[in-house]
Amino acid sequence: MRIVVLVKPVPDTASGGERLRPDDWRLDRPAIPAVVNANDEYALEAALKLTEAHGGEVVLVSMAGAGAPDTMRKALAMGAASGTLVTDDALAGSDTVSTARVLAGALEGMEYDLVLAGADTSDGGAGVVPAGVATLLGLPYLSYAAKIEPDPDAGTVRVNRISPTGYEVLEAPMPALIVATQALGEPRYPSLKGIMAARSKTLETKALADVPLGDAEVGGAVATSKVLGSEAPPPRAATRVIREPADEAARQVVAFLAERRII
Amino acid sequence: MAKAGPIWVHGELAPDGSLAKISTEVATLARSLAEAGGRDVAGVVVAADPAAAAEELARYMPRVLAVTEPATADHAAGAIVGQRLAALIETEKPSYLLAGSGPEGRDVAGVLSALTGWGVLVNAVGVAWDDGPVVSMSIFGGKLTTTSRLTADHGIVTVRPNAVTAEPAAKPGTVEPTAVDVELTLPRVRIVDRVEAAGVAAPIEEARIIVAGGRGVGGPDGFKVVEELAEALGGAVGATRAAVDSGWIPYAQQIGQTGKIVKPALYLALGISGAIQHKVGMQTAGTIVAVNRDPDAPIAEFADLVVIGDLFEVAPALLAALRARAG
Repeated sequence: MRIVVLVKPVPDTASGGERLRPDDWRLDRPAIPAVVNANDEYALEAALKLTEAHGGEVVLVSMAGAGAPDTMRKALAMGAASGTLVTDDALAGSDTVSTARVLAGALEGMEYDLVLAGADTSDGGAGVVPAGVATLLGLPYLSYAAKIEPDPDAGTVRVNRISPTGYEVLEAPMPALIVATQALGEPRYPSLKGIMAARSKTLETKALADVPLGDAEVGGAVATSKVLGSEAPPPRAATRVIREPADEAARQVVAFLAERRII
Repeated sequence: MAKAGPIWVHGELAPDGSLAKISTEVATLARSLAEAGGRDVAGVVVAADPAAAAEELARYMPRVLAVTEPATADHAAGAIVGQRLAALIETEKPSYLLAGSGPEGRDVAGVLSALTGWGVLVNAVGVAWDDGPVVSMSIFGGKLTTTSRLTADHGIVTVRPNAVTAEPAAKPGTVEPTAVDVELTLPRVRIVDRVEAAGVAAPIEEARIIVAGGRGVGGPDGFKVVEELAEALGGAVGATRAAVDSGWIPYAQQIGQTGKIVKPALYLALGISGAIQHKVGMQTAGTIVAVNRDPDAPIAEFADLVVIGDLFEVAPALLAALRARAG
């Protein structure tokens, strides 16, 4: 099986340093350490397990800034065979419409049985790009997977899609696009061997014209939305600390909740 | 000049075929925007049997289009509903579509955006009107609130639960059965089975009160007191990634960076340290109360009230106090 995993470098939440540029309110990416988006790591882990069980390889596709190769090497170190990065100055400030078009353009002409994507990103948080990519490519779209079971002989894939009351078992022909979730299992840590091997793996860089799209179709210049401003929310009031025996503490909590008309 | 286009609401279905709670909130919000902008407002329900959800949505808005779509009975809805909405948009010319920001709303918004080229403003926690929707969204886990607008005079907005309180309209609207005669061209995804998980409560994103447990709860047995407190408060049960990864509670209950983002009126955190990955999922809650043994846990810095103590002593005492109060 050949599986494409869509990955995005995002600001490291743990760094606490995320900020917007004051002139255009775009994310100040170079200022913040980048990591592979956590939800994409679940997709990658699921893809690696599937190729371990069924044979084949995992390749990465990303649309990101010029600094992305360092982050993508981390995903290659987990076990992906190679990667394609679409990067172009014109893509700065891209919205979800552009992102879906560029990723679909990068996938066009590639061979794959499955495309896996994370449920959303920790920076934009939109969660609409995978559905857009599937729609543009005319791929079956199977979202919020807790389990992925391909049947390579039949050319179909089954997915347990998380629903509010349990799950639905979905079935579609391959190739198909699947949205992965954390329920698929904990991502592995790259081994030292994996990290060494990642250095020599192929990471192909493509410009917008290679996808092929133009800056009149995608990118910051044709963004469908714009940020008008940002502000820090009002700070929370100081924390009240209770250090009392359990019964007294409980009494004070109930009084506090009643005072705030929560109960 | 013709009146500018209406504002539409995607009427989302709950698993039992009734209207999802989020759609009542989105409809309430759309009604106030329409009033502010002098626009018409309507809802659209696309389903194998849209009648019940459409009737419910019509309590919140003057007009609801009910599209009977047999294919959604045994096929994944996102792509099908997205195509039906795209076709209706073509003929009815609405300006904006508002949807929920949960899985169903995202699926529909993603498909529809790709089919129409419409932009999407996501995860609105508030929407004002200034010649179009102006959307507040909380980013970086609540560290900043941005305001954004669409650059065109049309687009999609996904709205988070609890952005507004649902209120029915003064008088109910009418349901119009609507046919859409356009072939579905996107591939269909068959639903071969539906499996109910035991003990699943209401979606945590919609809960007014959440009682959540973390590593400190210690195991699946420890979650019993979390569940009992949730029940006593009429709330839902949440959890940290550590508790989910340990298999103590299903992933659907996970709050945080790789789980759900929630904004309840009360977040009661038991045995939760408040690491950044969890904090980003809950720190915009109205009131945060924590019970933790460690006075230096990060949650003590951003909770409104912290009880320093053993949760296995404090939680049962709290349960007793709540039950005594309820009489």
